Amino acid sequence: MTTLHDPPPAAQRVPALVEQFKGGLHAPICLTWEWTYACNLSCVHCLSSSGRRDPRELSTDEIKSVIDELQRMQVFYINVGGGEPTVRPDFWELLDYAIAHRVGVKFSTNGVRLTPERARRLASTDYVDVQISLDGATREVNDAVRGPGSYDMAVRAMENLAEAGFDGFKISVVMTRRNVAQLDDFAALADRYGAQLRITRLRPSGRGADVWDELHPTAEQQRELYHWLVGHGEKVLTGDSFFHLNALGSTPIPGLNLCGAGRVVCLIDPVGDVYACPFAIHDAFRAGNVRSPGGFERVWRTSDLFAGLRRPSSGGACSGCPAYDTCQGGCMAAKFFTGLPLDGPDPECVRGHGAAALSAVDPDALPRQGNDHSHRTVPLGMPTVRSRRPDRLCDESPLAGLEPM
Amino acid sequence: MPSPSAAPDGTAFDATRPYRLNPSVALRPEPFGALAYHFGNRRLSFLKAPELVDLVRGLDRHPSAGAALAEVPDARREAFLRALASLAAADMIVPQRSGTGARR
Repeated sequence: MTTLHDPPPAAQRVPALVEQFKGGLHAPICLTWEWTYACNLSCVHCLSSSGRRDPRELSTDEIKSVIDELQRMQVFYINVGGGEPTVRPDFWELLDYAIAHRVGVKFSTNGVRLTPERARRLASTDYVDVQISLDGATREVNDAVRGPGSYDMAVRAMENLAEAGFDGFKISVVMTRRNVAQLDDFAALADRYGAQLRITRLRPSGRGADVWDELHPTAEQQRELYHWLVGHGEKVLTGDSFFHLNALGSTPIPGLNLCGAGRVVCLIDPVGDVYACPFAIHDAFRAGNVRSPGGFERVWRTSDLFAGLRRPSSGGACSGCPAYDTCQGGCMAAKFFTGLPLDGPDPECVRGHGAAALSAVDPDALPRQGNDHSHRTVPLGMPTVRSRRPDRLCDESPLAGLEPM
Repeated sequence: MPSPSAAPDGTAFDATRPYRLNPSVALRPEPFGALAYHFGNRRLSFLKAPELVDLVRGLDRHPSAGAALAEVPDARREAFLRALASLAAADMIVPQRSGTGARR
């Protein structure tokens, strides 16, 4: 599980600012920071391929010193995720530290540590927000993606938060082929708990690459999603996920509608690597490390990668398309991990250009996913990709097919 | 998004009154002007001109918002007035209690 980014509602929306944002800011508006790769779950679409802790993860003191730096840079709040951030033994200490240093925290969790007592403490803490991950409005749909028991765990956490009077926490849903039909149910669920619904896009990043083909919404579902968002958008957060759908109609989905990677958004991963966005954990999008001299600030302000992302870009293969002004070519990470050129159409281009481009991609040439911290055995329903066939029809031994030494 | 006519306490922006930056708001300088962040309601606003940032920072040195606006070039005064009304509606700037409003 990984957090995404939602700027708080802007009191003044000025379109021209979007152009300014493309040139980058002194500090990010939306900083996602994953505090650990450890996770009690093994969601099939995990952006960061989380599961096992990385021994090089930032220590308590290192995280505190980055928080100090963020305070100096006036990064007013951070989106903390993982992995499951609350399994870090120092999680609550770090949360308190950030808040005391005027760096607000929204953290994403599957709910594993949200006991009634913890929920009460959170409800009485200013400047903290909680985001519960849930990928199905029913146990069956959710658990097929997030694993057995995860639905009940999330519901228990939501009940505890609501019971404690924590108003307006977020329910965060990754939209898949299995749950687009449940949009109204998710909205009803949010209403029931006094929460706000947040829906984001399934990315072919991390383990998401393994399941993207079968789980990404169909073209028909994309239309359904677009119209639902146009009708409900002011109430629903999207982390600016769906601007590629804007080419479906004349009403834009609320939000900035630009790719913020390296411009207003970035990711710090658990070992301190800084990436352009939470969906692009790959060497090609790594700008530096917070442990290096100059820390995070130097990476944000001087990295060559970010400088490149802040330069004006042409529409490339999309420049002749009348929809380019509204969709901006879509998501950089989605293109990269599906093997498409970054200056071409999004794989889910609503005009169908992505599907056409995908058919020409050599599956063996796809970029490898970055740091894999998956649990070594994944006891979940979705079949994982087998690197080679067993050499005998009924031989399921993990050693089958290995060449003798 | 609040309507730009009324502040959270229900009072409309009144340029004849003194205002100041809400103490709960931090301004972060940016190339286009500044980001304003309200630590109380977690609202983010964009001040889209450096001159507007100067105006907002200097509000508490004037007996009224109108007096502060008087120093703004004619061509921009109307736009900045609207911006102040919108910032007041978002609780980013607040009326000063004192009628003089002057900080020495």
